[in-house]
Amino acid sequence: MKHVAIAALAAVLMGGVAHADTIKVGVVGPFSGPFALQGKNFKAGIDAYMALNGNTVGDDTIEVIYRDIPTADPAQSKALSQELVVKEGVQYLAGFYFTPDAMAATPLLEQANVPMVVMNAATSAIVTKSPYVVRTSFTTWQTSTPIAKVAFDGGTRKVISVVSDYGPGVDAEAAFKAGFEAAGGEIVEAIRMPLQTNDFSPIMQRIKDSGAEGVFAFLPSGPTTLGFVKAFNENGLKAGGVKFFAPGDLTQESDLPALGEAALGLTTTFHYAVSHDSAENKKFVEAAGKAIGNPAELSFPAVGAYDGMHVIYKMIEATGGAQDAAKAVEAVKGLSWESPRGPVTIDAESRHITQNIYLREVAKADDGTYYNKEVQTFEKQGDPGLAAAK
Amino acid sequence: MQTVFSIGVDALAYGMVLFVISIGLSVTMGLMRVVNLAHGAFAMIGGYIASYAARDLGLAYAVAVMLAVVGTILIAIPVERLLYHRIYGQPELTQVLMTIGITFCVIGIANYVFGPTLKTIPTPDSLREPVSLGFRTVSAHRLFVIACGTAVALGLWYFIERTAFGVKLRASVDNAAMAAALGVKTEVVYAVSFAVAVGLAAFGGVVGAELLPIEPYYALRYMVTFLVVVSVGGAGSIPGALAACLLLGAIDTTGRYLMPEFGEFFFYLAVIAIVWIFPRGLAGRAK
Repeated sequence: MKHVAIAALAAVLMGGVAHADTIKVGVVGPFSGPFALQGKNFKAGIDAYMALNGNTVGDDTIEVIYRDIPTADPAQSKALSQELVVKEGVQYLAGFYFTPDAMAATPLLEQANVPMVVMNAATSAIVTKSPYVVRTSFTTWQTSTPIAKVAFDGGTRKVISVVSDYGPGVDAEAAFKAGFEAAGGEIVEAIRMPLQTNDFSPIMQRIKDSGAEGVFAFLPSGPTTLGFVKAFNENGLKAGGVKFFAPGDLTQESDLPALGEAALGLTTTFHYAVSHDSAENKKFVEAAGKAIGNPAELSFPAVGAYDGMHVIYKMIEATGGAQDAAKAVEAVKGLSWESPRGPVTIDAESRHITQNIYLREVAKADDGTYYNKEVQTFEKQGDPGLAAAK
Repeated sequence: MQTVFSIGVDALAYGMVLFVISIGLSVTMGLMRVVNLAHGAFAMIGGYIASYAARDLGLAYAVAVMLAVVGTILIAIPVERLLYHRIYGQPELTQVLMTIGITFCVIGIANYVFGPTLKTIPTPDSLREPVSLGFRTVSAHRLFVIACGTAVALGLWYFIERTAFGVKLRASVDNAAMAAALGVKTEVVYAVSFAVAVGLAAFGGVVGAELLPIEPYYALRYMVTFLVVVSVGGAGSIPGALAACLLLGAIDTTGRYLMPEFGEFFFYLAVIAIVWIFPRGLAGRAK
């Protein structure tokens, strides 16, 4: 069986070189299930890029093949990636919403001679798992570190950290703690809440009792953020002057209509706001909004996917359509371009994206909708998480 | 001391939310002996209708709640006639398979029609303001939910224990054949009870939406919580369900305040202990 698989793989590899007219890109992401909205954003970003830049590079036609993985499931991710490589003959793997899914597929890359472009998964370590991984999204460290500076510069000295008890939550806590303590602030308490929390009142009571001047929070985007932000207001913390700091996952654009007034004035740091004011972004929002159908559903995974496609197009350009993962990855190291989120560079050493991180405040637009208004820019932020892990 | 009161208020409010949402399931499982895993789906349908009525049509909150209850019952009638009708008295496995199938269908339809984003039900300003209790503030909505829970508990108790219909219902549950022989139209009794249970689900979905927001996976996400409440309380018992909700609410809230990193540990520890000591739940009846 193994021999057959290798033979098949070899045949596909040679086939890839011989028939360079159609280049397949395999995208793995959550296209159904509770996270389908994020998968939809992947697709919208990819469709937008191909609508604006055509579906050909040189003489080669690009074909995108989607594989659905509803929730984080490493074994399934590996199986789907393998199937994409062996049966579909894809030259590039992309997508990956959850860290475990991306991690599980990395061992395939070298043998299959396929680069992976991570369009979302945000744990720092993924890029170290294989030299063929390039990431165009962000890391939780990258987006959580600047808010610590914002908090300290704003005069807050004592902060309580409240995060969901899972990988990215723990990353966010560590990133904030490192940044805030380095600045000279104090973390009075660090609480990790279970992911399945529905009622946040007891947590709010804890925050109140801790005597902190501000709270740093991280929860995965979706239903729980709504309960958290509402509880923050209803238990009198907002009125009591407790400051609220969080990375932008908490106020992602697709959750804002539901959060509404409760979110007004919340400050977050993130790499992308749909409201970002640039010509590139206007073009992107128009194309991606059309691709997703309902523009209110557009949020950050779309821009990760859009830039991911840019990287893949550059890789195909560099290799002339031939399957050569090493050459492809080498070609995009240090690549800089103007993304909808602002100027970005693929860091030559880490293969992670260096980008601006923005401080945003939730504001009300003239038409009554809510949006993330960018108020401050932290230029050229790398990933502090990799340095911290060393 | 202030902290103890504060936790007490949170626990009461959370327990009442659990009660309002779960009591309909207790009725279907205890009185009609149907393991209705689609209970959350009906609660979610209620939530969507209320959200659509209040947010998109701009109707008043009270009207939205009424529309949600009536609308969900109207949707449930053909479902009951065509599907549930067949599984009364069937083995549990058949019931579980069919109702979970219905749940997945409802999730798919909700996702297609309303999209995957969160839906809120705008509450009137009077319910949105924080109310001061002297030692702390609590949202008016929480007090409203506590009142709703009390009203539902009393109303349902009266309906089942004190009305002629309640007598027929209990008779049909205990011995359907004998009840039918005595002239009780068991079909009608079942249909009405099912409608009441679905209506309660919808009502719970709407008033509980501040804590459990409406989105397509609502139907699955909170299913375990509903089932736990029913099994701890004893299926079919209103005082049992109320006691279970208050107890579990108190344990969960206290655990989250004192040791949040233990997560749901205390909640499920309590469930295991109670079910071990009272295998039929706090107020369950022997078969």
